[in-house]
Amino acid sequence: MLEWKWAYSLEILPRLLSAAVNTLIAAGIGYLIALVVGLVFALLQRTGVRPVTFIVREIVEFIRSTPLVVQIFFVFYVGPQFGIRLSPWASGMIAIGLHYASYLSEVYRAGLDNVPKGQWEACKALNLNPVKTYFRIIIPQAIPPSLPAMGNYLISIFKDTPMLSVIGVAELVHTATTIGTETYRYVEPYTLVGLIFLAISLPAAFGLRRFEAWVARYFGMTK
Amino acid sequence: MQSYLEYLDQHGSRFLDGTLITIQQTIIAGLLAIAISLVVGLMKLSSHKVIRWPAIGYIEFFRGTSLLVQLYWIFFVLPLFGITFEKFTAGFIAVGLNLGAYGAELVRGSIQSVPRGQYEAALALNMSPYKRMKRIIFPQALLIMLPPWGNLLIELLKGTALVSLIAVADLMFEAKQINGSTFLSAESFGTALIIYYLMARLVISPAMRAFEKYWAKKMGRFANHA
Amino acid sequence: MNEPDFPIKLESGAPMVRFAKVRKSYGELTVLDDLDFDVQKNEIVSIIGPSGSGKTTVLRMLMTLEQIDHGVIYVDGEPLTHMGKNGKLVRANNRYVRSMRSKIGMVFQHFNLFPHMTALQNCMEAPVQVLGMSKQEASDRSEELLQMVGLEDKIHQHPARLSGGQQQRVAIARALAMRPEILLFDEVTSALDPEVIGEVLGVIRQLAAEHNLTMIMVTHQMGFAREISDRVCFFYDGKIEEQGSPTKLFDNPENERTRQFLSAVLDAG
Repeated sequence: MLEWKWAYSLEILPRLLSAAVNTLIAAGIGYLIALVVGLVFALLQRTGVRPVTFIVREIVEFIRSTPLVVQIFFVFYVGPQFGIRLSPWASGMIAIGLHYASYLSEVYRAGLDNVPKGQWEACKALNLNPVKTYFRIIIPQAIPPSLPAMGNYLISIFKDTPMLSVIGVAELVHTATTIGTETYRYVEPYTLVGLIFLAISLPAAFGLRRFEAWVARYFGMTK
Repeated sequence: MQSYLEYLDQHGSRFLDGTLITIQQTIIAGLLAIAISLVVGLMKLSSHKVIRWPAIGYIEFFRGTSLLVQLYWIFFVLPLFGITFEKFTAGFIAVGLNLGAYGAELVRGSIQSVPRGQYEAALALNMSPYKRMKRIIFPQALLIMLPPWGNLLIELLKGTALVSLIAVADLMFEAKQINGSTFLSAESFGTALIIYYLMARLVISPAMRAFEKYWAKKMGRFANHA
Repeated sequence: MNEPDFPIKLESGAPMVRFAKVRKSYGELTVLDDLDFDVQKNEIVSIIGPSGSGKTTVLRMLMTLEQIDHGVIYVDGEPLTHMGKNGKLVRANNRYVRSMRSKIGMVFQHFNLFPHMTALQNCMEAPVQVLGMSKQEASDRSEELLQMVGLEDKIHQHPARLSGGQQQRVAIARALAMRPEILLFDEVTSALDPEVIGEVLGVIRQLAAEHNLTMIMVTHQMGFAREISDRVCFFYDGKIEEQGSPTKLFDNPENERTRQFLSAVLDAG
């Protein structure tokens, strides 16, 4: 019935490993977009301009409560309908970047809210302008406590990259499926993909926990 | 606008069919996830290694890999071991197993955050371990874990969209099919997104908040959500 | 908003700070009730009174941390909360407020030091970022100030490594680094352990002795207020109930409420 073919596994492993590199690149780019756009979302919600706050808040809620895979399809297919053709990679990065930007904006928001009110008052008393207040005083204090949550989302984004396979980004799952259809063997490719995911995300999660403890020690001291 | 109404008129029933499948998947996978969370979460708190380690293994495995990989594995690989699921079943099993691992951590965390004095007081009253958990610890833990459960159930709803990839005819699947025949992508995927959003925002969130409020009241506390 | 009853500018010889009919309420609660209050240049004024009497609000308004509902505050003859526009007083815009704010510094009850910066960086931050001072100059001046408050050996420490008293002394140096003309002290010893209160009061005493700074402090340290103030104001219910020289207010209070308050705090102390 079932047999695990070692030779076959070894044969497809290099292809899967190079696909794993694509997966990591996709996660990395998506995360960078999310970090920047997420901060923009968070800051826009604090402008004090009611309509802006409301609209951004609703956009964030909408993105957060709907499936990433539908969003990926949406970004990929809607462009051509209006004459804009985006590559699978570009649409994938936009979709996953925006999706996680909405999560990260909540992390930033919590971080910013947690900076004591006295810090804002001290900035005002010292006459620092709003931009300097944010970038020199408030954000540097908001980031360290947010680092663990930010790290968690990096791991999450990595685990969500297989969804990019639906529009043909050649990451791990897409490659495994391609191999499967070529050879009619799915056991080895899908199992290896699972193992590769574990091999990356378990150490990453472990590392993150160590990092979290370090953050608590290092930044706890300066609080 | 006119054309969108026509579009809805023409394809509305398919969206409805898909939505019903999505709701079924969400409910069944949700029940599965809750059951797994309770069992595995409590197992992880056990002082016996034999009980604790399988729980840790389960949680780390399902949180360490992707839902999509787990789904494909259950649907494409398990049959080769002689375990064959129909696609609908494979769908909710994968979603339930995956979210159950996250839920188990919620259960464990919230039980651990019940003040230790509560446990000690129950012990001093000579309650059995089962009674301690059921009557004293768990009701308080539930109050702590309900808000994150609300978010987790929305994640679960979102997760069910992946079952379309093994051809379960859910909302996402129908949207893709309609898109394939009409090429009206903004309408097709946009409608699906809006339906998902409404289910999350108008059904799951309010229901969970109502339950939170009810439970807080029952526990003699005011619901505290911002 | 037009404030027709108030001048756009005070005549020369005006006090350093003037509160003219300042009103402030939070919902139902009136914190300041048509307050008139002057402070002369280089005067040292202590504000005492029960909690909730509005004394901290006076400082927070002067620092523009709170909006006022009615009335005008003048600093050095110019309106602080308002500005002149086409011969009328209108609410000040941000730019104007920022220009006025440079005359005022504040030391807070909870220090509000920047935790991610060393003592020296805390002091240098605003001179460099706001006044555009060179780093070298700001650093030299900050070191001088930290030396003045007795912390020359702590300049490279982060606030978390400093005691409460040391942190508050850094906060005083940080405020002085901006060369304010008016310095506000908001219950600066209330959050401190008793054994370190003395070191903070010592620094303030030293500043008071130089007498080239207008100082307004809200305090619960009656002995200290008496020692260094030119004038003491007793606040009650959003109004100045009684004011005068320390000897007069502490030894011969005329007002019944002042007497009650003083006997209560002096007994407790």
